[in-house]
Amino acid sequence: MEKKHTARPYWIALLLLAAAMLLSILVGSVPISFAAFTEALRSGTETTAGTILFSLRLPRTILIAMTGAALAGSGTAYQGLFRNPLADPYLIGVASGAGLGAVAAMSLRWPYTTLGLMAVPLAAFASGLLTVAVVYALAKVGRAVPASNLILAGVAVSSFATALTSFLMLRSSGELRRALAWLLGGATMSGWQPVLALLPYWVVGLGILLTLGHALNVLQFGDEQAQQLGLPVTRVRRLIIVAASLTTAAAVSFAGIIGFVGLIIPHILRLLTGPDYRRLLPLSLVGGAVLLLAADVLARVLLAPQELPVGIVTALAGAPFFLWVLRRSRQANFWS
Amino acid sequence: MLEVHDLSAAYSGKHVLKDLNFSLQAGEMLAVIGPNGAGKSTLVRVLSGILTPQSGQVLFNGKDLVRLTPVERAHLIAVVPQARSIPPAYTAWQVVMLGRTPYLNWFGQTSAQDDELVHLAMERTSTLDLALRLVGELSGGELQRVLLARALVQTTPVLLLDEPTTHLDLQYQISLLKQVQDLIHRPAGWALANGHGAPGALVVLHDLNLVARFADRVLLLVQGQLRALGTVSEVLQPGLLSEAFGIALDVVQNPIGPHPLVVAR
Repeated sequence: MEKKHTARPYWIALLLLAAAMLLSILVGSVPISFAAFTEALRSGTETTAGTILFSLRLPRTILIAMTGAALAGSGTAYQGLFRNPLADPYLIGVASGAGLGAVAAMSLRWPYTTLGLMAVPLAAFASGLLTVAVVYALAKVGRAVPASNLILAGVAVSSFATALTSFLMLRSSGELRRALAWLLGGATMSGWQPVLALLPYWVVGLGILLTLGHALNVLQFGDEQAQQLGLPVTRVRRLIIVAASLTTAAAVSFAGIIGFVGLIIPHILRLLTGPDYRRLLPLSLVGGAVLLLAADVLARVLLAPQELPVGIVTALAGAPFFLWVLRRSRQANFWS
Repeated sequence: MLEVHDLSAAYSGKHVLKDLNFSLQAGEMLAVIGPNGAGKSTLVRVLSGILTPQSGQVLFNGKDLVRLTPVERAHLIAVVPQARSIPPAYTAWQVVMLGRTPYLNWFGQTSAQDDELVHLAMERTSTLDLALRLVGELSGGELQRVLLARALVQTTPVLLLDEPTTHLDLQYQISLLKQVQDLIHRPAGWALANGHGAPGALVVLHDLNLVARFADRVLLLVQGQLRALGTVSEVLQPGLLSEAFGIALDVVQNPIGPHPLVVAR
């Protein structure tokens, strides 16, 4: 009776991911030809191409892919949690809040070791969690969280966090200035260290999120109905917030504040495959990775040899998209 | 089956329900009536565990419902909500399947038995041909029947319906209540699935003539207090109703049917 869940969307998504990763590895200030790529795969880091490939390009590609997946995954979860198509870790201020935590940690001590690097997402997680709590409390009217309130509270809290972040960076000198480029959304830290430091947070956060599809489906019917259907609503909500904020923190810590990926991907996927979160969540991870990889390639190619922060590219594409979603949700009033 | 003892409930300190005592039997339709603000919807919210009572008890076969977890409660009580807050992009089948939530694991994995129950419930509520339609495209009457089917697959001994006929056209009001009545009085096939026998239904209704036609017993709430409880002819009295609703009402013999008619004077 039910439309069969086919595996096709997953295959398409993974194929796109493979293509995007390959593109991301080959394109750059020193383009690597496909022949050199296969050669480097065989010979390892002995050739120049091999060195560029394995110690620069590949970790960056993987960091970007992980970041995109984390942004889209947490965006999907926030949209489901707030039952609001405009929720996105950037728009509701969690990204900026997490960013503040990350910068605060870096300004205490610039992390040189992998272990030191691992403290950054932890600080980002703590302040991201605090941010989402503040935004939620500000936006809440009775038991509902109206879209406009959520965005307004997000903007206000986000501005506040960004101001504090700027203040921290102005006060400090030297290394922290590197964080400025970071804040604009560019994976300026290179090598495998950030990838390793990020991995545990990313795995735990997204691992939890991936199990929440069914619970998110039930939550779409509102807290009251969800509870009447047997869902322990308070506990589930808390779990979603923690997992999504952990994921956002993971995304923000080493790639900076990148907007709109968490808005665009779940929205497009919902149009393509329907509202079932059991499918939306895994697909959004892959979709987010693909989108951010593509944006990153653009950022490297557009003004080559100069590199644009990838956050600029996603904002240029995402802001118009945001307006389109806003218009659409007004017209159809499809969320309330 | 369901017993309510000295139940009181309040929103932010303000009493909404005061010292209610009544019971709901298996196989009966108990209509809850009363003017706006009498506490009818609050009663549904308390019975379904959304609002914790201030004092008193709600017992199911002697078990205190307040102390149960949401899952345990959802095994006993299913609610048919008003059709407003339903996310439009799910299919009717998906919506009905969510009624199986209390029996599913964390991942929402469904079995062939779940499919069978959903099929049966949709057949019973004449919604099977809507199964693949998006609920946002359904008419109010169709959607309300889908929500009834969702409550049915919860296979609970108690059904709560909160003004299920509001916003419905007349023919849908009647067909919906007929279906509920049919389920309660002739639960064939259904009782087998839940092991509880015929369910009992508590229905909040506005239209007193629907009450006269379908209810087995009637509970009249006024300002959070039980004003009258009894059969249709006991509660639908001109004096009682006029006082409760603050308007002169008459109850007259229906010239073409067995049920009395309530009319404004």
